[in-house]
Amino acid sequence: MVKWTDFERATIQNIFSKINYDVVGPAALSRCLIVYPWTQRYFGGFGNLYNAAAITSNPKVAAHGKVVLAGLEKAVKNMDDIKTTYKELSVLHSEKLQVDPDNFNLLADCLTIVLAGQMGAAFTPEVHAAFQKFLAVVVASLRKQYL
Amino acid sequence: MFFTAFSRPARTTFPLTAKDKETVKTFWAKISSNGAAIGADALSRMLVVYPQTKTYFSHWKDLSPGSAPVKKHGATVMSGVADAVAKIDDLTAGLLSLSELHAFTLRVDPSNFKILSHNILVVLAIMFPTDFTPEVHVAMDKFLAAVARALSEKYR
Repeated sequence: MVKWTDFERATIQNIFSKINYDVVGPAALSRCLIVYPWTQRYFGGFGNLYNAAAITSNPKVAAHGKVVLAGLEKAVKNMDDIKTTYKELSVLHSEKLQVDPDNFNLLADCLTIVLAGQMGAAFTPEVHAAFQKFLAVVVASLRKQYL
Repeated sequence: MFFTAFSRPARTTFPLTAKDKETVKTFWAKISSNGAAIGADALSRMLVVYPQTKTYFSHWKDLSPGSAPVKKHGATVMSGVADAVAKIDDLTAGLLSLSELHAFTLRVDPSNFKILSHNILVVLAIMFPTDFTPEVHVAMDKFLAAVARALSEKYR
């Protein structure tokens, strides 16, 4: 079981209570599709992804960014057993969506960068470390059901 | 501890287009006066967020964020990055002696270049939230990967 310090627990809860899911989710997903364009392979039905402007203004990308953040919120609410909480999500990503799990790291990096931009100086090394640990647990849990 | 040794996927280096180089040079011109501060924050943060990187600095008295050795070394690293921007058209030739230094003397495992690059990008997002657009982000990510590749040239 993952052990969280009081600081880590409080930091994660604090971050997610303060961010605007409707801004951060779309920003992270669109940044991922722009910075790592091969990730677009999973979004064939999303229409125009031809350039950064198109991606940033694409309503399906925005909607899906919010879905992803809502998924992360589940982990925030169940920090002591993210593995079990994410069992079905893991199966979904491996069996149905067939996402290469290395992509989880790419989105995680983009989410970190978007959050850093939002929080500015408040995103201290210690807060960053707590967030990184949280994302590492989330990614590992999503990878768990891949066979 | 698996989550501190968070494995980073091996990413290939993608050649820098003319547009990438232009984007990097323009952005760098805006931010270069903050080089030392960027380096200090990136290094401070790397040592905290990826503690396995501390193994390269056991000879420092103080590894805490913003300490004197961290600040000094952050500035050193970023002046190397500045040099790379100036030599962006031929990084392999331009960074030859730095590559030899990293390969034969420092022997830093190349996976750490990606880690430091990521931390530099995080600092850029913090310090320049409006300028660090997705387009600038992708150009800088590619550039730092190309620098890392040039630094690894002499390893084997």
